[in-house]
Amino acid sequence: MSESIINALLGGSIIGVSVSLMLILNGRVTGIAGIYSQWLQWPKGDTFWRFAFILGLVLGGYVASLFIPNTFGPMVTDLPWVMIAGLLVGFGTALGSGCTSGHGVCGLSRFSIRSLVATLSFMGSGFLVASLIQLVKGV
Amino acid sequence: MTKNVLASFSVGFIFSLGLAISGMTHPEKVIGFLNILKNWDPSLIFVMGAAIPIHILAYQYIKNKSHPLFDSKWHYPTSKVITKNLVIGSLIFGMGWGIAGLCPGPALASVTSGSVEMYVFIGFMTLGMYIEKSVSQFLK
Repeated sequence: MSESIINALLGGSIIGVSVSLMLILNGRVTGIAGIYSQWLQWPKGDTFWRFAFILGLVLGGYVASLFIPNTFGPMVTDLPWVMIAGLLVGFGTALGSGCTSGHGVCGLSRFSIRSLVATLSFMGSGFLVASLIQLVKGV
Repeated sequence: MTKNVLASFSVGFIFSLGLAISGMTHPEKVIGFLNILKNWDPSLIFVMGAAIPIHILAYQYIKNKSHPLFDSKWHYPTSKVITKNLVIGSLIFGMGWGIAGLCPGPALASVTSGSVEMYVFIGFMTLGMYIEKSVSQFLK
C-alpha cells in the first residue's frame, strides 16, 4: 500500500512535469484523447506534433516496460466488454472534449470549472460502474 | 516547427514513463481504485495529487508571458460554458473507464504490450471517436 502511494506520487510528479513542459514550450494542453482524435482527422489541421506526441507515448511505454516488470497489466474483463468499454471511452471523451489528462490534470490545474464538472462526472460514473460490477459479481 | 515537434515527442515519452510508474497502465489497479466495494485501493488519487500542484505552478509561471517558448501564441482552452455534451460525454467516458480500467493515455502507452485485447480496445476507442465526430458533423 505505501509502495503504491510512493509510485503514484512519483509517477504523478513525472506527469506533472511533462504536462508543464508541454504548456511552457508549446503552449498546449496535454489531453491525450484530444491529441489522438484530432490526429486521426489527418490531413486536416496540424497533425505532425500530435503524431510525434503519440509516438513518444508509445515509445515511453516500451522503455518503461524494459525496466519495470509487469508494466502492462492484463485486461480485467472479457472481449465483448473490452469492445463496449473502448467504444464508450472513445465516444465519451470526444463528446465531453477531454479525458483524465485533459480535464483531470490540465483543466483542474487551470481552475477550469468546465473541467471540474467533467472530472466529477467521469470519476462519478467510473466509481459507480466499477462498484456496480462488483455488486453483480457478488461482494 | 521542428523544436515544437521534438518537444511534443519528449513530453509524450516522459508522460508515458509517469503513467507506467504510477500504476495507471494496470487495468486491475485502476479498477481497484474505482471499485470501492472490495479491497479499495485509493492510492491512485495521489497521481493527480502530485501532478496538479506541479502543473498549477506552471500556469502561475506562464501567467505574465506573452507566448510559449516554441510558439507564437497560447493554445490552451478558455471556454467556460458548461454544456450538456460535456457532462453526458464525461459520464459515458467514465462508464467505459469503470468497465475496463483504461483511459486513452494508458491504452496508447500499452501499444507495445503485444496484447490483442489492447488493440481491440484501442480500435473500438478510435471507432467511438469517429462515431462521435460523424454524428456531431451530421447534427450540425
